[in-house]
Amino acid sequence: MNLPKIPLAEWIEWIEDWLKLNFDPVFKFIKSTIEGMVNGLEFVLLGVPALALIVIFAAIAWYLGKWRMGVFTLVGLFIIQNLGLWDKTMLTLALVLTATIISVVFGVPIGILSARSDRLQKVIQPILDFMQTMPAFVYLLPTVTFFSLGVVPGVISSIIFAIPPTIRLTNLGIRQVPSELIEAADAFGSTPGQKLIKLQLPLAVPTIMAGINQTIMLALSMVVISSMIGAQGVGADVYRAVTQNKTGVGFEAGLAIVILAIILDRLAQNIVKKSK
Amino acid sequence: MAILEAKRLTKIFGSDPKKVIPLLDKGLSKEKILAETNMTVGVNQADFAIEEGQIFVIMGLSGSGKSTLVRLLNRLIEPTLGEVLFRGKDILSMSAEELRQFRRKNVGMVFQKFALFPHRTVIQNIEFGLEVQGINKKERREMAMQALELVGLKGWENSYPEQLSGGMQQRVGLARGLANDPDVLLMDEAFSALDPLIRKDMQDELVELQAKMKKTIVFITHDLNEALRIGDKIALMRDGSIVQIGTPEEILMQPANKYVERFVEDVDLSKVLTASHVMIKPETITLERGPRVALQLMRSRGISNLYVVDKSMKLLGVITAEDAAEAIKTGQSLEEVMLKDVPTLSPDTVINEIFDTISNTKVPISIIDDNGRLKGIVVRGAVLAALSGNNDLEAGDSV
Repeated sequence: MNLPKIPLAEWIEWIEDWLKLNFDPVFKFIKSTIEGMVNGLEFVLLGVPALALIVIFAAIAWYLGKWRMGVFTLVGLFIIQNLGLWDKTMLTLALVLTATIISVVFGVPIGILSARSDRLQKVIQPILDFMQTMPAFVYLLPTVTFFSLGVVPGVISSIIFAIPPTIRLTNLGIRQVPSELIEAADAFGSTPGQKLIKLQLPLAVPTIMAGINQTIMLALSMVVISSMIGAQGVGADVYRAVTQNKTGVGFEAGLAIVILAIILDRLAQNIVKKSK
Repeated sequence: MAILEAKRLTKIFGSDPKKVIPLLDKGLSKEKILAETNMTVGVNQADFAIEEGQIFVIMGLSGSGKSTLVRLLNRLIEPTLGEVLFRGKDILSMSAEELRQFRRKNVGMVFQKFALFPHRTVIQNIEFGLEVQGINKKERREMAMQALELVGLKGWENSYPEQLSGGMQQRVGLARGLANDPDVLLMDEAFSALDPLIRKDMQDELVELQAKMKKTIVFITHDLNEALRIGDKIALMRDGSIVQIGTPEEILMQPANKYVERFVEDVDLSKVLTASHVMIKPETITLERGPRVALQLMRSRGISNLYVVDKSMKLLGVITAEDAAEAIKTGQSLEEVMLKDVPTLSPDTVINEIFDTISNTKVPISIIDDNGRLKGIVVRGAVLAALSGNNDLEAGDSV
């Protein structure tokens, strides 16, 4: 048997061209929105003097967690500042926060919808699997086609990679609400909307927050890859150090990412605990 | 008119429920239908009518379909066939919105595992049904507080369910069911998860509450003693069908078939039969007759004591043969020698609670009504005979 090869690659490229041709205004809109968000966050984070912001972050960490968390945040951020990576780290933080915010804005409603419909869940599951397992470089290219080089394709790629946990865990959190409680809410004549607002969402909050936490971590893990298509920040430092074989510089930038990751992770976890 | 009525109410679980209906008409058993069609008969053509203010108990072993049946009454489970009439209106023909209104205003529910909302305080749980109706906060808080007081949990309104004991949690469940003042309260094995002592208290309180509020209650239980204690009417279920409907006494004394008979065989009669079942007619005498007449009466009847009453049968005391003879000798009147401290009980006392009194007394226990009138006496022999199932006792049996 000698079947001709399925021209999958050609099809994909054709779709890419077609989208570029017909939906350019949409992509322009998305691009300017994301750019606006990243720039806005960056403006705020860099507008405050570094030392003041370090103290503010440490105070929040202390308030949400234990004193140890506050000390770690204080020392960790001070190290970043001392290494001269403060501005770049804040740029990375702006990128990660933008990707996270957009993931939550879309991910939570999608998760709610898929919790309400088994059919939708069956459609969404494989798409999420696809998004998480497809190598990031593969969708890096088309995002560059649509949004050109810079921070925007980096944010888009981060969202694609990072949004699944928020959707999955929102779906799970709502489905985990015990059926007897749903039955009780029904027995007293709740509408579906009342059930969602008064029962399902409040009980799902811890699970949803765990999903958002994972989303933050995954978004952060994308910063080096994003830097390959022109996103600035500490990720770009790591990438440059690797290509120029500078182990020490790479380690410094890598350490900044790790410190940022630990702080964000603990903060997110403690918000969940506080909300309980 | 009955407040709630079920006609041929049927629920089949499975892929194609309608296919089973002709088989039910033919009278095939639940097992046969399961084997033939792989579908389960949840409830099989239940017919009953519940009167306003009644406690209607649906009882059966697990798997008999009682929990399904109660959920058909407010359509938490959609019936396959039949009718449910609430004050003559078929709830199966209601739209989603009408059904919601019916659930909000007319029917409350209490669940076996309480099903309290863990993220809400006690008072927020109780006002849930009022909240979904859109009643403003001040008003619903007031109504919820009343319900809370009714179940005796005042002061706990700001606690969370997990901070309460099982019995208290179910009181919250009960208050939630009562808060919107529904016409019918559905209680699905509401006390089954509680330990026995608390359970008994809750049963007593429910009966008391019902007497006060005149609610119609549909009560599901697998416990026959519970059914007999609180039920005005009992429907006994087996394999999805109702086997017998009757008052507790009818179920006990005239079982419809062998199944019911076997079911009630192990009933602890001492917890079901009351003093009024076992009391016998006392020999009485009025005060002005004097000790001589009393002694004479006792001799001629061959008994050792008489109950002294006034003209309206109000109990005054007991006179024994020795005291009568003593009075004749010393010239005292009946009033001076009779025992005035006589043990008395109400006709509703269950036999179980008579034992204590009866073992500590020389004279039979007098059964008096709320107005102090003598209705009968209980002798030891009669209690034992009743427990052994023998009901033909005559007055004059030895004490």
